[in-house]
Amino acid sequence: MNILIAILVLGLIAALFGAILGYASIRFHVEGDPIVEQLDALLPQTQCGQCGYPGCKPYAEAVANGEAINKCAPGGEDTIKKIADLLGVDVEPLDENHDAKKGPTVAFIIEEDCIGCTKCIQACPVDAILGAAKQMHTIISDECTGCDLCVAPCPVDCIEMRPIPETVQNWQWDLTKIAVKQVD
Amino acid sequence: MTDYILLLIGTVLVNNFVLVQFLGLCPFMGVSSRTETAIGMSFATTFVMTLASLLSYLVTTYILTPLNLEYLTTMSFILVIAVVVQFTEMVVHKTSTSLYRLLGIFLPLITTNCAVLGVALLNLRLEHNFFESIIYGFGAAAGFSLVLVMFSAMREKLVNADVPTPFKGAAIAMITAGLMSLAFMGFSGLVKI
Amino acid sequence: MESIVERINQQKFWQFHGGIHPPEQKKLTSDKPIRQLPLPKQLILPLQQHIGSQGDLLIKVGDKVLKGQPLTQSTNPMAVPIHAPTSGVISAIKKSVIAHPSGLSDLCIFLDVDFNDTWLPRRICQDFTQLTKNEIISKIANAGIAGMGGAGFPTHIKVNTKPDINFLIINAAECEPYITADDLLMCEQSEAIIDGIKILDQLLNPAFILIGIENNKPKAIKALQKATQFIDKMKVCTLPTKYPTGGEKQLIKILTGKEVKSGALPIHSGIVVQNVATCFAISDAVIHDIPLIRRVVTLTGQALSKPQNVWALLGTPVSYLLEQTGFTNENTADNNKNINLPPPVIMGGPLMGFSILNELVPIVKTSNCILAPSKTEMPSAFDNNSKELECIRCGQCSDVCPSQLLPQELQWSAKAKDYQQLTKLNIFDCIDCGACAYVCPSQIPLVQYYRVAKAEIRQQQQLDIKSEKAKVRFEARKLRLEKEKIAREEKHKKAAAARKATMNKKSADGTSASSAVAAALARVKAKKEATEKTVSDSPTINNGKTKEHDELSSTSNEDQGDKSQVKAAIARAKAKRLAKSRAAEEKSDALPTAISVEDEAEDEKSQVKAAIARAKAKRLAKSQAVEKQEETTETTETTETTETTETNNEAIEPPIANNKANNEDKKVKIAAAIAKAKAKKEAKNEIKAPEVNLENKKSDVVTPNVDDKKTRIALAVAKAKAKAKAKANAKKDQKKQAELLQITNNEAKSSLKLSKEESE
Repeated sequence: MNILIAILVLGLIAALFGAILGYASIRFHVEGDPIVEQLDALLPQTQCGQCGYPGCKPYAEAVANGEAINKCAPGGEDTIKKIADLLGVDVEPLDENHDAKKGPTVAFIIEEDCIGCTKCIQACPVDAILGAAKQMHTIISDECTGCDLCVAPCPVDCIEMRPIPETVQNWQWDLTKIAVKQVD
Repeated sequence: MTDYILLLIGTVLVNNFVLVQFLGLCPFMGVSSRTETAIGMSFATTFVMTLASLLSYLVTTYILTPLNLEYLTTMSFILVIAVVVQFTEMVVHKTSTSLYRLLGIFLPLITTNCAVLGVALLNLRLEHNFFESIIYGFGAAAGFSLVLVMFSAMREKLVNADVPTPFKGAAIAMITAGLMSLAFMGFSGLVKI
Repeated sequence: MESIVERINQQKFWQFHGGIHPPEQKKLTSDKPIRQLPLPKQLILPLQQHIGSQGDLLIKVGDKVLKGQPLTQSTNPMAVPIHAPTSGVISAIKKSVIAHPSGLSDLCIFLDVDFNDTWLPRRICQDFTQLTKNEIISKIANAGIAGMGGAGFPTHIKVNTKPDINFLIINAAECEPYITADDLLMCEQSEAIIDGIKILDQLLNPAFILIGIENNKPKAIKALQKATQFIDKMKVCTLPTKYPTGGEKQLIKILTGKEVKSGALPIHSGIVVQNVATCFAISDAVIHDIPLIRRVVTLTGQALSKPQNVWALLGTPVSYLLEQTGFTNENTADNNKNINLPPPVIMGGPLMGFSILNELVPIVKTSNCILAPSKTEMPSAFDNNSKELECIRCGQCSDVCPSQLLPQELQWSAKAKDYQQLTKLNIFDCIDCGACAYVCPSQIPLVQYYRVAKAEIRQQQQLDIKSEKAKVRFEARKLRLEKEKIAREEKHKKAAAARKATMNKKSADGTSASSAVAAALARVKAKKEATEKTVSDSPTINNGKTKEHDELSSTSNEDQGDKSQVKAAIARAKAKRLAKSRAAEEKSDALPTAISVEDEAEDEKSQVKAAIARAKAKRLAKSQAVEKQEETTETTETTETTETTETNNEAIEPPIANNKANNEDKKVKIAAAIAKAKAKKEAKNEIKAPEVNLENKKSDVVTPNVDDKKTRIALAVAKAKAKAKAKANAKKDQKKQAELLQITNNEAKSSLKLSKEESE
């Protein structure tokens, strides 16, 4: 008899709480998943495809679904750390498949060799190449993200990647180049 | 009235649940790497603890004791706590999705937080009345939050400190927690409960 | 406002948080007048001496310039022109090391002085009160005046603000140790300075003009007071000596009690601050039409035997100045391990200056001091080993910070490169004054950490903007490609629908163009069926050539001559493309570019060759000559990869082959091969001609859905036309042959000759 009462009581309590929870789950229902936008904001937007996805947004979606976070080569360690912070996962070192960042570069077309085939224009993910069929092509350096995708399609191999020159504007106060002295 | 204040101070400082009674260490270590998550967690735990201690008091006093079902105490407490945590999780998910993601698994793990069950059981043991139960629950949570936030601030600074390699990460965090515990021992004798 | 004025009148000023009292070291130069230097041999003028953008060059190498002549100009408001400080010849315009802590090079104008010092004709303004605001601003802009207190912000932008501001503050503080340039300028040129202030007064119409000067300059204070004794609006405010009183925000706080919020500008509080030297330059420019070509520079330090303030022309190399003031290079007398180090020369003061490592660094508009310390004066300047220790968390740095920041926290986060935290700690409010580094007992170079961090954060912000742009472009490109795809599909659908419609409309309109196309298609179909029938009908003729027959019939139309030429052209283009891709794949040691160029040339040549070959073939067909069998096999080998079935096209491809060496020989051989192929084809064609006509007739008859009488007439007409055309084509071809034959012969001869020569 006691057992029955016990079971009844527990069952009633459980039912009551269950009802409350059921109501709460409808009342506090959450739609959508804004994490993809946040992830995308952390990625460098070079749209190079080195991660294996056609662009940064697809990679952000993949990471939101559990893809490894260490695949972005242009982003480097910084981006991995930021993604790890956002998702609350451990920081992993960059995938060995990608070689280390060699420093920021922009593409440059050697105009003497260009034949105007428009193959590189079709390859550029951010439309940073100006040109038309049988007309001279050139890179808009300000828009170039240095993703390397135009170098391969060129049939006459006239595109090369050049490092961004150091100017007074982007000088980084390199402590190792100039001796820092504390003068009193 | 004075009793309640003394009870509160005693629970928060003298008999701090984390550093003196060593309950609730799991979220203490797990969530304290960033202050934002720590603050979020402390709010969630406060809510859970207060509500849980209130509800468990009610369940004990009005359902279990009249029906001589004291042996169901543990089960019913767990039931209560689980429901409250689930409810809290839904609320957090709705109001702050980023916090929800940041807390991750630790939010449902409040269910297994021994501090919550501990508060409920201690209320029973110490034979607190209704108000005392609430204050005890709230005080426990306040103490937990205080220590959690302090510890997270310290851990944020530790990340950038020049720590010897064998001690980096969790090791130095544990040592710091131990030192904090030592510090809180200074409060013993402050309030006679 | 009234309370501010009251306090000012009582000389009761406010205070700013922190500040330090380093030894002033001004006695070295403060008692000597400003010296006029002889002209140096060469002046180096960087194009950018201010915050903003460079101007465009007005002169070129070899030009003769007069003193005061503008050398750059720009329509960009943030650009300030530079002028020739003396007359001479422009000897070079090239990159040279500039006055920047990085030691980087930038474009500079090299002016060889001709020692005549001839002025450009100037116009003195007798009464500047008659000038309008715009005239004054344009005079200031054209004179190239930038803030001479150290920042170099274009003055004409700073003073081009809505008039009726609250305060015009003249910064005469000169708080940094060693520097006495402004001090001496005020002693000697106080009238001119006051004139400049009057001009600014006219421009800005402030409620009050406050001249903030430290109390360690008694002579200058007296001179200024004398010059402003009858001007009520201008008040000389004597401030207690403290570093950094001369900082803009600190000076505003002291004089008016107002704090300029983080991220805000003084103009938002109705305050404009200008340096005394800038005021002097303004008066020179507006009244005497003298552009900014010289400034007072303090040359000081115990390594100089004659430290003094000098009037230095802009562009004077520092080495010249040091030599004029007796710089003794202590290093040569030094016989310890630091022999290889250049002696320390600092541009600017001891707290905010930077080391110059190259003697060619020129004086620019913002250089106010050159400090050459001796070893006893500044031993740490000679020691390259960093004496930095761990932070002991004493908190002295936050006690002295004039911007009320937390240098300890900033250094902690800067060391850990935690840029988010640094931004939260307001690192961009740091004015780089160096007070924190001065007091640090662990000798941590705090300002260096902050500068590196600020540069990194700025760089990151730039990258963020760039990546945002890239994202937008990427999205736009995706959208564009999708739109194009949709548009293409629409077009296809529409074309298909149109075709269908016309097909159905054929019954109604028999003579329209589209129905002609439909009729043609139908004819082709019928022909196909007809050929199959004729195959069975005439086995003797068609057996051996069934394959080619069918192919030819499938590809031939009414006007076979023309159409085959079109087909030939299309096949040629295909061959060209394939050859090009082969060229890209087979990147041998020969330059691919050369090959592609070669290919294009080859293509031209090959087209001509093909025409020639066709002509030749026809000729040969007549004579029925059968030449070397190997050629065909060779051609078939080399044309394995192609898929065109017409033999004349196969023959054309070899000329486009990669290997330059064999090309000449091959061409000759190929011509012959083409001839053979053509022979075959001609034979076929001749046989086919009547048959084709037959087929046409048959196909016409077989065509369904046609109005009998009309179509029969049309078809008869068409047939007759075709015959006539065929005849005409044959005649044309014969003519072409005759003409091209000569050329072919000549070409063949010449190519053979060439190949012979090559082999030799």
